Amino acid sequence: MQHVSPVREPLVTGGKTYHDVTQDVCRQVEAAPNVRWMAALAVALFFLGVFFYSVYRTLWYGIGEWGLNKTVGWAWDITNFVWWVGIGHAGTLISAVLLLFRQKWRTSINRAAEAMTIFAVICAAMFPVLHMGRPWLAYWVFPLQNTFGSLWVNFNSPLLWDVFAISTYFTVSLVFWYTGLVPDFATIRDRAKGPIAKVAYSLLSMGWKGSAKHWSRYETVSLILAGVSTPLVLSVHTIVSMDFATSVVPGWHTTIFPPYFVAGAIFSGFAMVLTLMLITRVVFKLEDYITLEHIALMNKIMMVTGSIVGVAYITEFFIAWYSQVEFEQYAFINRATGPYWWAYWSMMTCNVITPQLVWIRRVRYSIPLTFVLSIIVNIGMWFERFVIIVTSLHRDYLPSSWVMFSPSIIDIGIYVGTLGLFFTLFLLFAKFFPVINMAEVKSVMKYTVDNGPTYTGHDPHHKTPQPATHGVPASAPVNYDKHD
Amino acid sequence: MQESPKYWKGIEELENSPEFVKNALTEFADFLPVKETYGSSDAAVAPRRDFLKLMGFGLAAATLASCETPIKKAIPYLNKPEEVDPGIANFYASTYFNGQDYNSVLVKTREGRPIKLEGNPESPITRGGLSARAQASVLSLYDGARLQHFAIKGQKADKDRVDQEIRTALAGAGRTLIVSPTIISPSTKKVIAEFASRYPGTEHVMYDVNSASGLLRANGGVLPSYDFSKADVIVSLGADFLGTWISPVEFARQYVTNRKVSSDKRTMSRHFQFESALTLTGSNADVRVPVKPSEMGAMTVALYNGVVGGAAAGNAQLKKAAAELKAAGSRGLVVSGSNDPAVQALVTAINQSLGSAAVDVAAPSMVRQGDDARMERAVKDIIGGQVGAVIFYNANPVFDHPMGAQLGEALKGGKVKTTISLNDRLDETGSLCTYAAPDHHWMESWNDYEPKRGFLSIAQPVISPLFGTRQAQDSLLTWAGNPTSYYNYLRAQWKAVTGSDPKAWDKAVHDGVAMGSALAAPAAQAGAAMGAAEAISAINSAPKFTGTELCIYEKVGVGNGTEANNPWLQELPDPVSKATWGNYVAVPRKMAEEKGWAQGDVLKVTANGKSIELPVLIQPGQAAGSVAIALGYGRTQAGKVADKVGENVLPFAVMRNGAIMYANSVTLEKTGATSPIAQTQTHHTIMDRKPVVQEATLKQYRENPKEVTEYETISTPDGPQKPNKVSLWQDYEYKNHHWGMAIDLNSCIGCGSCVVGCQAENNVAVVGKQEVINRREMHWMRIDRYYSSDASKEDFETKGKLDTYAAMEDPSENPSVIFQPMMCQHCNHAPCETVCPVLATTHSSEGLNQMTYNRCVGTRYCANNCPYKVRRFNWFSYYSNEKFEAVNGHMFTDLGRMVLNPDVTVRARGVMEKCSLCVQRIQLGKLEAKKQKRRPKDGEIVSACAQSCPTQAIVFGDMRDPESRLSKLLRREDGERAFHVLDAINVQPNMTYLTKIRNTEEVRNA
Repeated sequence: MQHVSPVREPLVTGGKTYHDVTQDVCRQVEAAPNVRWMAALAVALFFLGVFFYSVYRTLWYGIGEWGLNKTVGWAWDITNFVWWVGIGHAGTLISAVLLLFRQKWRTSINRAAEAMTIFAVICAAMFPVLHMGRPWLAYWVFPLQNTFGSLWVNFNSPLLWDVFAISTYFTVSLVFWYTGLVPDFATIRDRAKGPIAKVAYSLLSMGWKGSAKHWSRYETVSLILAGVSTPLVLSVHTIVSMDFATSVVPGWHTTIFPPYFVAGAIFSGFAMVLTLMLITRVVFKLEDYITLEHIALMNKIMMVTGSIVGVAYITEFFIAWYSQVEFEQYAFINRATGPYWWAYWSMMTCNVITPQLVWIRRVRYSIPLTFVLSIIVNIGMWFERFVIIVTSLHRDYLPSSWVMFSPSIIDIGIYVGTLGLFFTLFLLFAKFFPVINMAEVKSVMKYTVDNGPTYTGHDPHHKTPQPATHGVPASAPVNYDKHD
Repeated sequence: MQESPKYWKGIEELENSPEFVKNALTEFADFLPVKETYGSSDAAVAPRRDFLKLMGFGLAAATLASCETPIKKAIPYLNKPEEVDPGIANFYASTYFNGQDYNSVLVKTREGRPIKLEGNPESPITRGGLSARAQASVLSLYDGARLQHFAIKGQKADKDRVDQEIRTALAGAGRTLIVSPTIISPSTKKVIAEFASRYPGTEHVMYDVNSASGLLRANGGVLPSYDFSKADVIVSLGADFLGTWISPVEFARQYVTNRKVSSDKRTMSRHFQFESALTLTGSNADVRVPVKPSEMGAMTVALYNGVVGGAAAGNAQLKKAAAELKAAGSRGLVVSGSNDPAVQALVTAINQSLGSAAVDVAAPSMVRQGDDARMERAVKDIIGGQVGAVIFYNANPVFDHPMGAQLGEALKGGKVKTTISLNDRLDETGSLCTYAAPDHHWMESWNDYEPKRGFLSIAQPVISPLFGTRQAQDSLLTWAGNPTSYYNYLRAQWKAVTGSDPKAWDKAVHDGVAMGSALAAPAAQAGAAMGAAEAISAINSAPKFTGTELCIYEKVGVGNGTEANNPWLQELPDPVSKATWGNYVAVPRKMAEEKGWAQGDVLKVTANGKSIELPVLIQPGQAAGSVAIALGYGRTQAGKVADKVGENVLPFAVMRNGAIMYANSVTLEKTGATSPIAQTQTHHTIMDRKPVVQEATLKQYRENPKEVTEYETISTPDGPQKPNKVSLWQDYEYKNHHWGMAIDLNSCIGCGSCVVGCQAENNVAVVGKQEVINRREMHWMRIDRYYSSDASKEDFETKGKLDTYAAMEDPSENPSVIFQPMMCQHCNHAPCETVCPVLATTHSSEGLNQMTYNRCVGTRYCANNCPYKVRRFNWFSYYSNEKFEAVNGHMFTDLGRMVLNPDVTVRARGVMEKCSLCVQRIQLGKLEAKKQKRRPKDGEIVSACAQSCPTQAIVFGDMRDPESRLSKLLRREDGERAFHVLDAINVQPNMTYLTKIRNTEEVRNA
């Protein structure tokens, strides 16, 4: 038995029983889709359509459909790529790092955060493929044996490291997420009534029986995967940052990039988790599981990583001055005062100033403010990547090649299209998969309440919630005074 | 040890029945219905073998179905011509002259198709140099817009019928005019004379679009030849002699002789330029003074007074020019681009007074013979209906004569009974003629030329006529009733030059050039030459300009518009403004600011009661109070490429005293519309970046040649080091060759010949106006042009960094200009090579940075990481995307594809491309040497850009060969002028630049 702190706030509120948890989570999966969900899916599908149209234009006519030019060879494509990869980071951090640190509060948000990771990485992976001039040859970036002679990939190229980093990250995240889903799928399978649902969830649950052995293996695999994922949290964005850091472009060639990018990734990832969670908890009535405490904790992480990012911004300027390299200095002066000053100052406002508001307790615990903040951070982090990529490239060494970049309608289409793709996937996930890890949430319930909820027995016809504790109604306030 | 109490799970365990024992180890007593839910039963599974069979069949069927490949037949020679070997290029000497500039050329043919032009090193005039226009004319050969048959009223007609009707018509025509641009072919002139003797009323009228009529008149009907290498002080009054004036390729070569400096020669000529629009020549001048067109006359008078009269007048630079001219004496030269006979009379007087050795009247140039007065009278006669027949011989006056519109009306109105066009297409004039007997392209023709008295040159056909055309001379001979072919006629004429020895003729054809004279003395121009006093009074009494003054100039690329349908020329950036595809109103910054015009605002330009609409281009160096518009644009019937590109400004030129004045007063109004200008460079100053391009004054160079170039060092614990001493990289070892290039910024005049040469050699696609606006031109070779700015880093202290950087973005009012050819630098530590994930760009064992197109997947990381931004990406499929059919049409048709170099791949969509240092030419040279069991000789292998450079600014060679010109040059210039662009980032380019030295007192802030 775990020691129950007399001062710790409960992780799950509302005096839920184990059965309540199952009920609350499975309700979404089993009920008919509601109108709000269908409307949201329709919007997401529309943008997915935009995505397909834009991709068709790109594949049929060429990258010329985008706004790129001879000097700016990457712009929205890689901006979006880095942005999406960054967003993915929160999921891994929550599920892996927080698992290793035994942060119990993660249990109710890790499922959705991991799903977000996977969908974000799927969206991110679109760009490295689509931005290629000849995407049908994308498989050439893998070190495959081939019939073309002694051709091999270039292990010096950060793009190749990217291929390994992203594919590893995606695979590990997917396995981790799926492993966690298996017990919950089994729960849904056992409750399923329709034939399709029965077959589908049976397949998905891979014969999970809930035996002690299964649980033991589950725990072991989770721990191993957490161990594997943890370095990935650091490595993926480190490697993404090396796409820039190993180049000779002023504004890219910066040794601070790896930690700066990782912090930025976690920063933007938590912002995205917050955005999604705040919507999900309301739409699916999961306020008891995703509590204000969760929101406040995530806000704190955002503040810390946001501050790291802010320091990095300032360090870059300091180093540009300190290095006395003319091109480096101009790159940063141009960032702040050149033709793209508005992008730079949007970034600074969104990423440096807004997270500092979280110091104020009221902001930290305010749902509407947190929501607005998370959106602002997402915008700011998009601008950060845009600033790094476009404002560095558009004026580099030779003034004769200086240009301006402006996106084409197809650039915009692909970006909002990936948002459509992301939300389509997320909405399907939220409807058909258990958005909260029932099994793990149940494991932390005792942790928070006096004697823990009592198992009331499986009753498929259960109507009214049973009292959580003998003699204490579920709705009754829990008294934390008398603990020893 | 006490036995622990035993508990049973239930009565079953106590009983320990066999059934219990069986289930004891399973966790759940009940059977979980897992398998049922999968719903599989063994009976339903298809046997594996069947599946494999079906799959195998399906795969084989699908493979077979996809096996059909398009069949392209290659037919071998039935009788192989002796000198043609598939895969081996043949070079034939020939001559390019289309009424603008003369070039002696070598035509490179592959399997009987001309694919490229190179300068003919045998020519004593052009000496291996070639203008951009000449380079590009190979593409005009395959222009599908050429008229491909004889025609009557635009309808295809039988050749014999056309001849029959024309002969009948001419017989009763009475007065017949042959209108042509300048003809420098002695035999052609004889043909015309023969024609005239057959039809006695015939008069031959020559006119030039960019006329030198005034110069001719001032010199008694001859155009002096100039030798700029004999001039130490050059004063040009609006003559763009390096770009468009008379014979730019020849002049450029002469000019740089005195501009090149080295440890052996630390002297330079001094060049003053007084002009309205900033021209290529003005960009190269040591002292450039912007002068309004209306003040040019007064400037000439002042210079005359300064040099001849002794009374120093005019502004400070003019006084200085006069003083230096006087001091230089016979080593001084004054040239003027004016078409005003009075101005030219004064210039002649100045040169005579100096005794200039650079002016040669004894061996005059023939390339401008047009007589404006005669042409004006001819046009008036046509309008007045006094002409019975007119033959337009490669002349398009409806488009390119100031009175073209009236002429067009007259032709349309049937003022001339018989109208015949020999033009190569149904152009603005040809389409108004009854008969069309299209001339061959010059590459399909025999001809001779005498560009300068005593210098002959031959053109030989290098391909069978592509279309049903006939050489114009043959047409004239046919109509004159002479059955001789023009080739035989020419041979007969040449007996006078080469004698009857066929070997001498063969040698002349082989060399392309011969010494000798065949042209008759030029006729005196209408109107007599005038004396100095008369000229001064004529200048002073010239009508005054009112308001804004317009200066009409010619561009290096499109020229007078004859070859406007050539997309290579349309896309060749103007050397100064870097604008492509169309003309514009070049406006000085101050005027734009005062009037509130921004670049791209469309203005309505009105003069002579006519108006055109063109966008504004803010042009530093444009004389205050004046604007400039290029001629040669606004074609309407030239073909898909040229039609509706720009506007025709020639109607704004005025006839005065029988000469065309390329200036006028205009009114300019903003229309409110905007039209972006397609510039390949939109940032114009160097931002004081010494590591990019360096310059110094002659004084500095003479005093301390080791100080003219700033070399960057890297701070290390052992003190400052050269960047290449601080390296993480392993250096490549070059065992055989190490190719490299040196570019002398002192010799480069920025003419753009190399740009077109590279485009022709390497099948570089044309992308059109919109894609240039999108900043996606494909040129492998570009010429960066930087204007000086009033601000520099020295202002950091006083004005602060931010303000200074902002100020450095603006060019000076009258900037000094520097040109820097830029192409792949073939870095030894190439940043592009490390970042490609698929190894599509790699380093060769000879120092080349190679691009493997079919390995490229198009991530563009290499382009991002290129500090020189020389890599070009195939954004579209330029050879099949219909968007590019109008501009890059030659890659779409079998006819046009004949121009492609078969040694160079046409790049697919989605791959990166860049300068290969003409690897195919290197390979060819190496193989030739290998066949002869020797090493390649220095100078045997040259890149296309180095080959075409009229000033030999580019030296290509093997840096491993200590005796190569390049190695010697690098040894000589090491520590003096040799520098690598962006040395400090240690990419170690194989391209070396030589610091530009200006003959000025001070280097203006870059």
